[in-house]
Amino acid sequence: MLRAISLGLVLFGIWLLISGIYTPLLISLGAVSCLAVVGIAHRMDVVDHEGHPIHLGWRALTYWMWLTVEIVKANIDVARRILDPKLPIDPAVVTVKASQDSELGHVIFANSITLTPGTVSMRVAENTILVHAIATDMAEDVQSGAMDRRVTAMEGTVQTHLKDAS
Amino acid sequence: MQILLDTLSWLLLIGGSAFAVIGAVGLIRFPDVYSRMHAAGMTDTLGAGLILAGLMVQGGFTLVTVKLALILVFLLYTSPTSTYALANAAYSRGLQPLLGKRDTGAPPPSAPETEPS
Repeated sequence: MLRAISLGLVLFGIWLLISGIYTPLLISLGAVSCLAVVGIAHRMDVVDHEGHPIHLGWRALTYWMWLTVEIVKANIDVARRILDPKLPIDPAVVTVKASQDSELGHVIFANSITLTPGTVSMRVAENTILVHAIATDMAEDVQSGAMDRRVTAMEGTVQTHLKDAS
Repeated sequence: MQILLDTLSWLLLIGGSAFAVIGAVGLIRFPDVYSRMHAAGMTDTLGAGLILAGLMVQGGFTLVTVKLALILVFLLYTSPTSTYALANAAYSRGLQPLLGKRDTGAPPPSAPETEPS
């Protein structure tokens, strides 16, 4: 229930920000649309910890900031490789351990790997992710587990949260 | 003040464009599907990100800036998902990635084969 209300508020907030025209007619149309979307999402049973992960909270923000720095560093590295006349690439495929508890955690980890240039997730299995890297040292970076630990720390309270919900 | 903001915004726009162009060059230079994805990844992270940041500086504290920020957020959610779908599809169909050091610096020893028309 809390998630449905939160989803409705987020949708309405986005409506207000995107619309920019504040007349009673348009605002009430927006409110009706948001209620309809929340109703449909509830019927489809997607308003859960995956569809609307509010439990991540502020930890997600600090994770994004860390990820942004990583993305910038990786971008510069890949740009240097592309511009180098010798094209110093050394592609490798490695298996990376994913220590997250939930599927949501696996998805966040796999998408973070793909979002960082130089590494792409190819297959997400039970507790491992198959990663293609443009260079062996980038593959070793992912295998060192720094990103894995941060994603696990971010979604760490999922278990207790699920217990609260049930 | 306005000049300062304009300069910052242009630096961001030029930086973003540079990353987008380098990504395109990488798309041509890299040898196979998987390594080309890394070059494409540059275009839709730092390339698009810096260009949107430059436009946000131009927008100032307006609804336009909020919309640009939303575009960036949606891009950061959708592009890794589509890249994963592409990589996973290629891998599932049995396309093997080229591995190990590549010596692509030297020109190819033989003349490029002409396709029979």
